[in-house]
Amino acid sequence: MTVLVSVGRHPVTGRSRRADQDARGVELARTLPGAEIGLLHAGRLDEGNEAALRGYLGMGFDALTLIEQPESSDALPALAEALKAAPPQLVIAGERAEQGEGSGLLPYLLAERLGWPLVSGLAAVEEVSGGVATVLQALPRGQRRRLKVRLPAIVTVDAAAPAPRQSAFGPAQRGRLEVSEAPVAADVEMAEWQFKPARKRPKRLKIVKAASARDRFKAAAAKAEGGGGQVLTDVTAEQGAAAVYKLLKEEGVLR
Amino acid sequence: MSEILRRDPRKEWIARNRLHPQHLEVLAELGGGAASEWVGPNGLVRRNPHVVGFMGPNGLKRIDRSGVQQGAGGGGAAKAATQSKPLVEIESPAFLVAVVPDMAGGRLTGHDRDLLGLARQLADADPAAPGAVLAVIFGEHKEDGFAEAGIDRLLHLDGPDVEGFAPEARLGALVAAEEAWTPRHWLIPDSKLGGADLGRRLAARLGERPATGVWQIEASAEADLGWSCTARGAAGTLDIQRSLPRFALALAECAEPVSDTRHAASELTLPQALPAQLSRIEDLGQVAVDPAGVALSEAEFILSAGNGVRDWDGFHHAAEVLGATEGASRVAVDDGFMARNRQVGATGTWVTARVYVAVGISGAIQHLQGIQSCDKVVAINMDPGCDMIKRADLAVIGDSAKVLEALVALVEQAREEKRNAA
Ligand SMILES: Cc1cc2nc3c(=O)[nH]c(=O)nc-3n(C[C@H](O)[C@H](O)[C@H](O)COP(=O)(O)OP(=O)(O)OC[C@H]3O[C@@H](n4cnc5c(N)ncnc54)[C@H](O)[C@@H]3O)c2cc1C
Repeated sequence: MTVLVSVGRHPVTGRSRRADQDARGVELARTLPGAEIGLLHAGRLDEGNEAALRGYLGMGFDALTLIEQPESSDALPALAEALKAAPPQLVIAGERAEQGEGSGLLPYLLAERLGWPLVSGLAAVEEVSGGVATVLQALPRGQRRRLKVRLPAIVTVDAAAPAPRQSAFGPAQRGRLEVSEAPVAADVEMAEWQFKPARKRPKRLKIVKAASARDRFKAAAAKAEGGGGQVLTDVTAEQGAAAVYKLLKEEGVLR
Repeated sequence: MSEILRRDPRKEWIARNRLHPQHLEVLAELGGGAASEWVGPNGLVRRNPHVVGFMGPNGLKRIDRSGVQQGAGGGGAAKAATQSKPLVEIESPAFLVAVVPDMAGGRLTGHDRDLLGLARQLADADPAAPGAVLAVIFGEHKEDGFAEAGIDRLLHLDGPDVEGFAPEARLGALVAAEEAWTPRHWLIPDSKLGGADLGRRLAARLGERPATGVWQIEASAEADLGWSCTARGAAGTLDIQRSLPRFALALAECAEPVSDTRHAASELTLPQALPAQLSRIEDLGQVAVDPAGVALSEAEFILSAGNGVRDWDGFHHAAEVLGATEGASRVAVDDGFMARNRQVGATGTWVTARVYVAVGISGAIQHLQGIQSCDKVVAINMDPGCDMIKRADLAVIGDSAKVLEALVALVEQAREEKRNAA
């Protein structure tokens, strides 16, 4: 299997580092017994990036394949060619990058180009056998869903996946970066965009639309009001429980 | 019932004449509600000043001395002023704006409504050539407010193959919609509930580059579609200013939801039936997770205990059987029955549960603040007058221990039946 790794950016200091989600992807790959794991990165090689990429090597790898690309080029063709040349069973990627556009589109475009299925937001890979992977997908609210996906496939990692291990300094320095070349595709459209540091989003105001001053006052001074909730008085505990049970069933929270 | 107000001048006259022998009877009849004046057990006349009077048109309390006005409701004149919003119908739209709401739990989420608001902005920008908002929804739903949310056309796709996690089948349906109507804009919520995934798949399939993380749009003469947008990039640390492409994945609060019009929400159907697809992803269903391990702030179903709970073992057992995450009021925490990280409310956790069951909680304002964003609130309480009952969608007046016990019995019985049937 192959893990796609990128260069991340520390949210506070802005220094390059191993990207959190990609590191989780590496950790996820490490949980599978007997898997042969390759690391793949497409991008520029300079001092800062090298330090960040060596962070992945420090998680217990000898080598990382680096396809050299100039800055602000489209990594998609290079990665697609590399994966086509030596197709792995499973490709693991982060959900979105910490630098650049960070749109999270790359895994989808890769899947479309290679014609592979894609599963997003994994928390764990449970089993890979017989050309089928059983995976756990992280859903909002801490829920999980079990899926079976036909291999070869691309999966992306959720923040609920196991936290990455520390990167060890020695192995990180000893590891090799195997640099290779690939045709370059410039990202023309992106050159037209303007990038600015994120502005704080304005807080939404509670707008009360009311015809009269009285309604506006009432809305401003209102205490929490149920608005026609059903109240069951003088019922036995069984009847009350039955009503609650019905509501829980309707809302689908009982399994 | 007839809406026409019938007046009986004779009774009104008796009501005004305090010395008339039938005065009190007539008052009670006309007032309908609580009497404001009666003769007490010792022969003294008792008055209840709170039930006298009515709210005047300007919001001031008025007292009608004629005696007709009795009881809080006022002499039948208080009709619930149902404000109906104006209906906007777009017969032949110049273009379509397609929205694919998440419909978490079968209802439009707040995020979906914001997106529909954004869609209305795009559709209504040019009054000479108005567009229509098309919503594409999948699977069963419980929503009845599509018209108020600003939807002109509704494409509802139902069936076993789009239920659950079926990105490939849903993608096929969206591609069919694109081919059938070619909407000018596609708006999809950039949310973990499924929109982020489906939107990216759609854009990748159709080979168009979407804008992701859009949170603001502005009219712009230079852009192809006449709009520019601001989108979050690089894990939320950059703002990208670009022209709005056909496909946009927008964040929550990208626009104000529609609030003062109603729309037709007329059903559309796809011109052709969807071809059966061989899915490479198989959904094996949701996995039971330990509800105690779910963070309180994101739990979906919370069973919360207050000072009215005496039988703590029973409560914990109920939470386990129902599969609910446990919450508590401050009193329960201060008394040492629950851990501090379980406290719900202003000084505890603000919860976002879809269903919140409050057992023996009076509903102090500090507690109610914490459950503002809960969808359905169920209260189990002894006191029918407490604030939690006013907030609750369903309230059961009774002893908490008994109701919980009966509920547990019901759930276990239903599970048993299911097991026997299977
Ligand atoms: C600065 C400040 C911050 C606060 N922050 C919070 C906060 O974050 N969260 C919070 O919860 N509180 C908070 N509080 C406390 C809050 O004001 C209330 O005191 C508290 O919420 C009340 O808890 P309760 O409803 O469990 O208890 P009570 O008010 O005692 O209510 C008990 C309820 O149980 C019912 N009952 C009794 N016996 C039974 C029975 N056998 N069966 C069924 N029902 C029964 C009673 O009718 C009553 O309604 C805060 C207070 C302050 C001053």
